Amino acid sequence: MKCTEFLKELTNYLDGALDERTKSDLEDHLAWCHNCYVVCDTTRKTIEIYRDSELYELPEDLRGRLRSAIMTKCSQSKKSGPQSV
Amino acid sequence: MSAIQPNVSEPISDELALVRAAKRGDDSAFEELVRRYDRNVFRIAQHITQNREDAEDVVQDAFLKAYGNLAQFQEQSKFYTWLVRIAVNEALMKLRRRRPERMVSLDEEVKTEDDSLPREVADWSPNPEQMYNQAELRDILTRTIQGLPAGFRTVFVLRDVEGLSTEETAQALELSIPAIKSRLLRARLQLRERLSRFFQKRASGDGNK
Repeated sequence: MKCTEFLKELTNYLDGALDERTKSDLEDHLAWCHNCYVVCDTTRKTIEIYRDSELYELPEDLRGRLRSAIMTKCSQSKKSGPQSV
Repeated sequence: MSAIQPNVSEPISDELALVRAAKRGDDSAFEELVRRYDRNVFRIAQHITQNREDAEDVVQDAFLKAYGNLAQFQEQSKFYTWLVRIAVNEALMKLRRRRPERMVSLDEEVKTEDDSLPREVADWSPNPEQMYNQAELRDILTRTIQGLPAGFRTVFVLRDVEGLSTEETAQALELSIPAIKSRLLRARLQLRERLSRFFQKRASGDGNK
């Protein structure tokens, strides 16, 4: 497997969506190609860091205000009949 | 290496029961759906709009639109996927309004560097997230993802942050599966490349401080 072929399969590999044969070819490539190993490893870390980062958490007080506003508007829209929102 | 598992979502049968109750007019069931997904919708909206007030508006507008159109939800996808589609459209509208000078579209082919491997690949510190305090790390991550084109950013957030499957992401964004996979690969590689600046091993050997 060449580096460009590895790159094409990287997303499927990280998502566990490769067949056994391709996965094994890819892992053989990773065993000797240090650059591709680093790209694979740091791409995985990129995903994990973003997944764990809790960016843009919704604060509880704002959450309560938004929910209350949503339910009030829903109730009003029911009273006034179907309308485009 | 093991595969990265997406975040586990709520069981669909439970979700469907709430949706059906809400369709029958049970507002407390709809409120439960709001409770279940408001954080996700807010996060997606803020990632797309990059603006807190706009994200608050998107949360309200998306749920209100879902409520008003619940009868049209055919139950062929998860409610959450349908809701995400509404929220993404609302968020893109906000973004277009705020940046009318730039065409913001998910289906345009975004020009990027070709897919060749980076020439110089710097390895990262073993625990890169520990190189910075929490506020610094958030700032780095926020600025880095904001630098991606909206089309890449949105696919990355839905797939890798919110844990939607490729098929669900394709449904939510009304794009083909190959288009999602291509954007996801490019988004992941671009983020990795940009984060390398902050996370690479330091020559002094203190990369794991």
